[in-house]
Amino acid sequence: MALALQSFATVKDASAALKAAGTRYLGGGTLVLRAANEGDVSVSGLVRSTDPALSVITVSGGTIRIGASVTMAAIARHPELGQLAKAARAVGGPAIRNMATVGGNLFAPSPYGDFAVALLALDAMVSTNDGEMPMEAFLAKRGGSRAIVTSVSFTRPAQGSFRFVKVSRVKPKGVSVLSIAAILEQAGDGTISSARIALGCMADRPMRAKTAEKALLGRTLDADGIASALAAAGDGTAPITDPIASAWYRAQVLPVHLGRLLLS
Amino acid sequence: MAKVPVQFTLNGSEKAEFVESGTTLLNALRDKIGDTSPKGGCHQGTCGACSVIVDGELRLSCLTLAETCNGAAITTTSGLAEGGVLHPLQRAFLDAFATQCGFCTPGMLMAAKVLLDHTPDPSRDDVVEALSGNICRCTGYEPIIQAVLTAARANSQNAA
Ligand SMILES: Cc1cc2nc3c(=O)[nH]c(=O)nc-3n(C[C@H](O)[C@H](O)[C@H](O)COP(=O)(O)OP(=O)(O)OC[C@H]3O[C@@H](n4cnc5c(N)ncnc54)[C@H](O)[C@@H]3O)c2cc1C
Ligand code: FES
Ligand code: FES
Repeated sequence: MALALQSFATVKDASAALKAAGTRYLGGGTLVLRAANEGDVSVSGLVRSTDPALSVITVSGGTIRIGASVTMAAIARHPELGQLAKAARAVGGPAIRNMATVGGNLFAPSPYGDFAVALLALDAMVSTNDGEMPMEAFLAKRGGSRAIVTSVSFTRPAQGSFRFVKVSRVKPKGVSVLSIAAILEQAGDGTISSARIALGCMADRPMRAKTAEKALLGRTLDADGIASALAAAGDGTAPITDPIASAWYRAQVLPVHLGRLLLS
Repeated sequence: MAKVPVQFTLNGSEKAEFVESGTTLLNALRDKIGDTSPKGGCHQGTCGACSVIVDGELRLSCLTLAETCNGAAITTTSGLAEGGVLHPLQRAFLDAFATQCGFCTPGMLMAAKVLLDHTPDPSRDDVVEALSGNICRCTGYEPIIQAVLTAARANSQNAA
């Protein structure tokens, strides 16, 4: 079924049009048009904003802001976002990355949302036409949100502090068994002074591994130091089951992949 | 359903059509304009058979709305041969038996063309990565990978 599209120069006008029943915001369309092609009739109209500000990446001082319409391909090739390139390249094949936006990835249900996992570890702020909120709060209520995401912003991670892995069966572009992003900071003596770990596919949306994060504090990055964090990695998780992996399998392999990521 | 005007350049020629709002680029190309080189395989973004090049970037025409391509330059497999002479990629696909039923071939050619446009001398890994969004049910991929590498070598020899 064809879906009438309305394009607006401003987010404000797009937001007003989005209030109509049956309308959905169009990012890159890789999920929303896929659903329409599959026969999802819950959506009858699409709305988008063509405001060029939505496609801008700004790096100023230590802060990085990525417009909601910026694609994974644009992030992967940006000279100052090298640390994030791995997470952006984890999303689909080349054509998908040319279309998939950051804004859309925030709404992608598991097993998708690999870049959102990175943004959660980065403690990003999500800006919408309704105001700004931390990633975690945004993810918690994303289903009911009618707001338009305009950008995400975060503090540039210290060199070498950001780690990311996407575990998949089909290389190079299979969907995730799970994905993990971590930001680790170490004190002068090598002990971990701060840790943020985000997991993909371990719930219906990206989540923090808070018990594992706490278990790392004051410890060293070696097999003994991370043992209690690995034991706690599954705390609070409710992994998804899909054709790629069962919840049981995901729970079994999470500590293995987290361990490899921490010791890499 | 409201009709909207869509104008773009297709393989170097200006096209102007009215399409129903919400029409995919794949349907506009095939049903309205009559360029049937992009194939509809899955309509889910998974197979890559519908891949076309929009303003230099590989895109899935089944997940792209025609009306978002206003003013764009679009290349499809129909535009590869020039003056009746096959593009080096098409020649290499034929020579290497990289096409069997041929359903995936237009999408493969588009993905390979974008790769060679940006990376004239790709490694095998570059080729695998570039074709990773395209599914082939027949060839086992190896002949396709070899064909792209052969076309790249032919190109670099021509350039030398
Ligand atoms: C073959 C295939 C492979 C894929 N592989 C991966 C993968 O490996 N990893 C992965 O993470 N994802 C993957 N995806 C899913 C998807 O491509 C990405 O998650 C992408 O980032 C979604 O972005 P989009 O702009 O295309 O979203 P859209 O389809 O445009 O939108 C998705 C949802 O988000 C809403 N939305 C979009 N932008 C905004 C905004 N600015 N404000 C408010 N709401 C908004 C839409 O209304 C819709 O509900 C894949 C998809 C396909 C088809
Ligand atoms: S038909 Fe577009 S990806 Fe399969
Ligand atoms: S040649 Fe038949 S699908 Fe590739």
